[in-house]
Amino acid sequence: MANKLIVSLSPHAHGTDSVEKNMYGVIIALLPALIVSFIYFGLGSAIVCCTSVLACVFFEWAITKFILKRERNTICDGSAILTGLLLGFNLSSNLPIWIILIGALVAIGIGKMTFGGLGCNPFNPALVGRAFLLVSFPVQMTTWPVPGQIGINGYIDAETGATPLAIMKEAIKSGDASVLSKLPDSLSLALGNSGNFGAGSLGEVCALALIIGGIYMIVRKIITWHIPVSILLTVFVFSGLMHLANPIYASPVDVLLSGGLMLGAIFMATDYVTSPMTKKGQLIYGVSIGVLTVAIRYFGAYPEGMSFAILIMNAFTPLINNYCKPKRYGEVVK
Amino acid sequence: MRTFRIGGVHPEENKLSHEVATVPAELPKQAVFPLSQHIGAPAKPVVERGQEVKVGTLLAEAGGFVSAPIYSSVSGKVAKIDTVVDATGYRKPAIYINVVGDEWEESIDRSDKLETLAAHPELTPEEIINRVKVAGVTGMGGAGFPTFIKLTPPPTAKATCVIINAVECEPYITSDYRLMMEKSDEIIVGIDLLMKAVKVDKGYIGIECNKPKAIDLFKQKLASRPEIEVVPLQQRYPQGGEKQLVDAVIRRQVPAPPAIPVNVGAVVQNVGTAFAVYEAVMKHKPLFERYVTVTGKKIAHPGNFLVRMGTPMIQLIDACGGMPEGDNKLLAGGPMMGKALTSVEVPVCKGTNSVTVLSGDDAKRKAPQPCIRCAKCVSACPMGLEPYLLAKLSDKEEWGRLEKEMITSCIECGSCQFTCPAHRPLLDNIRIGKTTVMGIIRSRSAKK
Repeated sequence: MANKLIVSLSPHAHGTDSVEKNMYGVIIALLPALIVSFIYFGLGSAIVCCTSVLACVFFEWAITKFILKRERNTICDGSAILTGLLLGFNLSSNLPIWIILIGALVAIGIGKMTFGGLGCNPFNPALVGRAFLLVSFPVQMTTWPVPGQIGINGYIDAETGATPLAIMKEAIKSGDASVLSKLPDSLSLALGNSGNFGAGSLGEVCALALIIGGIYMIVRKIITWHIPVSILLTVFVFSGLMHLANPIYASPVDVLLSGGLMLGAIFMATDYVTSPMTKKGQLIYGVSIGVLTVAIRYFGAYPEGMSFAILIMNAFTPLINNYCKPKRYGEVVK
Repeated sequence: MRTFRIGGVHPEENKLSHEVATVPAELPKQAVFPLSQHIGAPAKPVVERGQEVKVGTLLAEAGGFVSAPIYSSVSGKVAKIDTVVDATGYRKPAIYINVVGDEWEESIDRSDKLETLAAHPELTPEEIINRVKVAGVTGMGGAGFPTFIKLTPPPTAKATCVIINAVECEPYITSDYRLMMEKSDEIIVGIDLLMKAVKVDKGYIGIECNKPKAIDLFKQKLASRPEIEVVPLQQRYPQGGEKQLVDAVIRRQVPAPPAIPVNVGAVVQNVGTAFAVYEAVMKHKPLFERYVTVTGKKIAHPGNFLVRMGTPMIQLIDACGGMPEGDNKLLAGGPMMGKALTSVEVPVCKGTNSVTVLSGDDAKRKAPQPCIRCAKCVSACPMGLEPYLLAKLSDKEEWGRLEKEMITSCIECGSCQFTCPAHRPLLDNIRIGKTTVMGIIRSRSAKK
């Protein structure tokens, strides 16, 4: 018989979803923020992002081929590009290339491939890279160029400034609420054009662009609302209570719009691999990240708490998965 | 609009033969009757080689309590009692009959006259159930559970309503839809009979909203019959799953196995079964023919046929333009839950609602990628399970843990695998785990 019959178990149909669609979907969602970063940081942003992406893809390819010796290389699935892009978003736009390369190697090498590659890593690789750089190169990692320097000078010899979070921290340390008056107004924070006191990593300055990306991902069903909304709501409530109790703590709206909160809540905490599997678990995870972020920002050594909060909760994800089960059919009789 | 409350997916419809009217399929030259066409013990042959049979002659009697008799769909001579490759892919005992003419048993009423329940006061619940049992009626939706057992609920449960499953949520299949459009009066009498048999006075017909004509037709025919309610349902797979349908229609969920729908008061029957019950009870016609959809994107003329059981599938495919070029996947049933066949000669059985041919890329699986833990399988599972976890634990043979994670609740609908972006063979693994765990549970209760 010329024609053969193909035999397999059901189901014989498959939806159109794929790993690539999800990964590239997130990358598309990052585009508004990427474009904004080009507008504010110009060449510096382009150098940092390109280096980070290319380095991540290269390291994944090299490790898969030469160390793991796997036949199938996974660089086309978009996950390495995504890690590179997210790592770049967390860096300052004047970071020397060699530091970025180290960050990419740690992110992909230690953060991802050590555990077996895509799907196996317990911690968000981009954040592992960032955390490593932050403790290894504290000076370079905490000088932030102010937005608006788009030429080559913006990369080589940028004028740096204070981030909104540094101002908030200063207010808390000095116990003087008037320091907060240096903060840009909320609209500038949302748009990112907040001048000398609106510095920050190249991906985090424009909250609005990140929110647009988040809405895109929810509409395309790449992520669900549970993690970002629970984080943002918790931060809003917690910092709002702090603000009411003592005006040296900034207003909750400013807290939401500054620093890596939006980037973290929408793009980093929602990383599939390192976040819980059930809706209930995701809410617990989101609320915990929110509480930890505000706690680190207000009471910790660093002005920024988002990335550490996410990394800490990444560690709790297996535990959350163990205890949070979905609502089983039959449990809700009537 | 109502639907079930947990999980679910939206496969592409592909109802290619929706508006193709049903025609009788040609009689086969040789009809083959596997003795296991239902859940339970195989039937026992009561004919011998060389014996003359008519349409409606008993070929094999029920082989146990959970079993069903099998009747001839053709007239002719018993050629042999041998084996045949059936939908499971295994060789199973079967009766072969060489077809001569088309002579029917005289007891069968072949007229088109509609018999109503009101005109037959002699039909007591016991009599209805007995006729259904004798006629060998089994669930027509695919699983093939003997119908009379479902009509005699255990004494601990009390039926409160009959739910007719007219959802047909599987892609491609249109046989139930055609049946509804062409035999609505008979189906309604069938529902009356089912309601009388289980002594309830409430009936529901669950129809998905992609069949607006069927919804309108039944609403119109039942306008003066408030006790039978047409329930339009949102389109969502696997709504035709018994448990999902109960949830969608009467908003109650069946507790974990061994509980069955009647534990929450529902007796669920397929719309095809309602028609078979009508014919069995009112026309004394045993179950030997049924509506079958023959379909596929590369099939030249997808259609619906009234098929005598025992007809080899290739004959139906040839009637629709033949097998497409190249390698195909031949399914008994639809693409979500259908069984891939190893032979084109597999005969149409009681549970065969469709012959579906998938061609080209549709016939092949994509290579699996690593699990990215996106949790889409968890959201899709209509039983509220965690397919990624069950598949992984099955792979690691952690049977005790699997039992705790309720693997035996899995209905094998395939929503998880359908939705998995990494193309992982989740259900393949889960089936291994489920079968093993059920075996462990059985042997444990046997020891007690």
